[in-house]
Amino acid sequence: MRKLLIWLPLALFLGFFGLFASGLLRPDDRIISSKLVGKSLPVFVLPAAASDRPPLSSTEFATGKPRLLNIFASWCVPCAAEAPQLLALRQAGVEIDAIAIRDARPDVDAFLKRYGNPYARVGLDARSEVQIALGSSGVPESFIIDGKGRIAYQHVGDIREDDVPMILDRLRSAQ
Amino acid sequence: MRVVVALLALMLSAPVFAQSALPPAPYADRQIEDPALEKKARTLMETIRCLTCQSQSIADSNASMAGDLRSQIRERIMAGEQPEHIRAWLIERYGDWVSYEPTAEPILWPLWAAPLVLLGLGLLLLRGRIKRKRRS
Amino acid sequence: MIAEAGLAALWLAASLALLQLALAAIGLAGGKSELLGAVRPVAVAQGVLTATAFVLLIALFLRSDMSVLLVVTNSHSMKPWLYKFAGTWGNHEGSMLLWVTVMGVAGAAVALFERALRRETHMATLGGQAAISLGFYAFLLFASNPFARIDPPAADGQGLNPLLQDPGLAFHPPTLYLGYVGLSVAFSFAVGALLTRQVDAAFARAMRPWVLGAWILLTLGITAGSYWAYYELGWGGWWFWDPVENASLMPWLAATALLHSVTVLATRDALRAWTVMLAVVAFSMSMVGTFLVRSGILTSVHAFAVDPERGTFILALLGIYIGGALALFGWRVGAVREGAPFELVSRETMLVVNNLLLSVILGLVLIGTLYPLLTEAFGHKVSVGAPYFDRIAGPIALGLMLVMILGPLTRWRRDRMREVSRRMMVPLAVGGLVFLTLAALVWERIGILPFLGLVIALAVAVGSVAPLWKRNLRRTPLFTWGMVIAHLGCAVSLAGMACDSAFTVEKLVAARPGDTVETAGWTLRFKQILPIAGDNWTALQADMEASRDGGEPVLLHPQSRFFASPPTTTTEAALLTRWNGQLYVVLGQEADEGRWQLRIWWKPFVTLIWFGGFLIALGGALALVGRERRGWLLKWRARKAMESAA
Repeated sequence: MRKLLIWLPLALFLGFFGLFASGLLRPDDRIISSKLVGKSLPVFVLPAAASDRPPLSSTEFATGKPRLLNIFASWCVPCAAEAPQLLALRQAGVEIDAIAIRDARPDVDAFLKRYGNPYARVGLDARSEVQIALGSSGVPESFIIDGKGRIAYQHVGDIREDDVPMILDRLRSAQ
Repeated sequence: MRVVVALLALMLSAPVFAQSALPPAPYADRQIEDPALEKKARTLMETIRCLTCQSQSIADSNASMAGDLRSQIRERIMAGEQPEHIRAWLIERYGDWVSYEPTAEPILWPLWAAPLVLLGLGLLLLRGRIKRKRRS
Repeated sequence: MIAEAGLAALWLAASLALLQLALAAIGLAGGKSELLGAVRPVAVAQGVLTATAFVLLIALFLRSDMSVLLVVTNSHSMKPWLYKFAGTWGNHEGSMLLWVTVMGVAGAAVALFERALRRETHMATLGGQAAISLGFYAFLLFASNPFARIDPPAADGQGLNPLLQDPGLAFHPPTLYLGYVGLSVAFSFAVGALLTRQVDAAFARAMRPWVLGAWILLTLGITAGSYWAYYELGWGGWWFWDPVENASLMPWLAATALLHSVTVLATRDALRAWTVMLAVVAFSMSMVGTFLVRSGILTSVHAFAVDPERGTFILALLGIYIGGALALFGWRVGAVREGAPFELVSRETMLVVNNLLLSVILGLVLIGTLYPLLTEAFGHKVSVGAPYFDRIAGPIALGLMLVMILGPLTRWRRDRMREVSRRMMVPLAVGGLVFLTLAALVWERIGILPFLGLVIALAVAVGSVAPLWKRNLRRTPLFTWGMVIAHLGCAVSLAGMACDSAFTVEKLVAARPGDTVETAGWTLRFKQILPIAGDNWTALQADMEASRDGGEPVLLHPQSRFFASPPTTTTEAALLTRWNGQLYVVLGQEADEGRWQLRIWWKPFVTLIWFGGFLIALGGALALVGRERRGWLLKWRARKAMESAA
């Protein structure tokens, strides 16, 4: 018995060592992804965020055709960086809607004027309520909503140039 | 002169902070009138993790999203919702990570078993020592 | 020039450490005892050289030498001199150099001042210290060079993190490091004793002052850190169970168990295996803490610059040192014979229970801190925080406090339950009285843990002075006073924690200049909002007047500060301390229509938390001085006796 107890600390340490090593080897993953992927889009109704686009509500999805839902804000710097990619996706025929988080109409208008407007509809989420309801933890993020109104995929962070083909692929397969 | 410098600095420093310029949500920093409800809300807030911070609860965070969450929690509790229901709703969206209060999931059972196991080990050690004394 | 000199000093020190290890190892194992004579001077030289390197780094920071990469990334020419000075260790490389310096200087001190150990054990200890230092020298020189140059030199620095621009930075890290790394001496002692099989009372008497010294500094460092977080992080919390905080608590728990254990070994020659194990565990926890904090595998509010590559290096060091020491323990402790026997009801048993409970709390804090790492290995992210730790560590700590009453009232070696119960009567009676009074006043209105905390705090306060009753106070040894005050400090701290949890009143209000706010008996008048500027910051300051019961109004100036390099906002809370609590006021953001967010707390007796911590350290200091003085007195008397006999 005493023998066991004497070697127990070393055994425990080896266990911890393994745990630390596994922690170091694993790539650092600080992303909090939404747990709603695979589930239906929550119900929401939002007022218009841009002067020249209609408001957005959840009923606009589940039309049979997959759509891209972009979560952005005019005060968000990476959102400006992903604007060209969104425009490219629009060119490729993707239907994109957006939700502007903690924003105001004049600022959204200025942003869209400056960086281009790929959106069909833009909803205004002044108090992050829909953002939280979606399980989104920051801006920018993009969700692929399939034809039946289910969340098929969540892309955290801005869409880079090399992400575009992958997004197009996923949109195609999410019928 | 110092005041002028300060004012100038304030004006120039604003664009550096890439954050929403909107004011905080109504109940982000406003307590519920009813102290019992406010206590319920506060207890819940202290156990919900801030999504955009390093490692803080939303009760301790300056971040705007934390403020929005606080406001939502207070409003929902005023509307009569139970704190545990709100917590479950948040866990449904963000996973166990968002709750500092460990859930009843199987993956957390060892965490609850740990004190019993360690105390048991301690008792064993103590009993072993006493038995040895009795024997000698 | 200075940077190169510093680097050279560091290389020299590392080479001397290698020499020290070689001399000790060959001298002891190879039987060449003539080599052993050189070990002590080499250790002293090593200490002097590392200290020189550190002083040179400080000089670089004070001169704002922008050709040194570390200064560029962590300092700025416009910073106040105090933050240039303290900024030396406000970053990874500098704090690592501080670590190595404390290790070197502590080693030099052991070489110079340690006289009680057998020569063999002394040499083995110095060899052990050199071995540990080598790993950390290697880490510094190959993975974290503080003296690296940047070419061409930068125009100015990137500044020090504004949260660190506080007098706390000058005090908290050095004290903590003296504590953490001071425990390395205990570790080396344990390794030396295991190697030379000298685990006995003499060994414990030699180790005790080092353990006490490190523990006192660690207590002060943690107390200071808690207070700093309390007023700087702006929301009135004093402990967040954050991974970095836990990393400082774990060595402290082990060191507390160790200091009790080493006294038992020194005076009663019992608990041999426990003492050696705790000495190994204590510094191991320091090293694990440094790993957790610098590798980036856990997220924390107190995050250092994190780097997984450096983390791997430290992990390798952990494997070698902790693995090696624990293997040595397993191999050699069997030969350590049982110490003096003791009965079930005895102070020795109480101290074993004390060790066990402290170890359980240590284990739980470790498991809780690492659990998210474990679940992530299975793809599941969880968060473990205050709800878990408070609920688990709290009750066990309260149980430990009860043992704290029992222990000093139980006799060594053999005592009887009936006798002990009799001596416990008064503290228990006080506890019962407080229980009933509190129950009558606040039943159901405060949590069960704070309630029990208050009851036990008051019982322990009475119990801690119980050993002094019926004694001639002037002839009571200083170290007994030390024990009494340290235990009393624990009770005071616990009372502060319980009061803060139970009775804090929070008021959030959106006020306009000219408004008056009332809370917890205080009247606060919000006079105006002013922009002001400081050395390297600008701020919005709220001028407020606080008064209580119609007394003199006191001016309070909570601020919201903006720093330019790096661009950050911090809140400077306004604190008003009274005998029965602290008023804590924070200025928030502007709400709509010219209203400003104010957060006001009245925290009854919260300062007791840190006052208690200070008392604990004071008790330790009295015990240290008392023991050392007694040691000198005994030696002086023995010498006198020999002289008169001759």
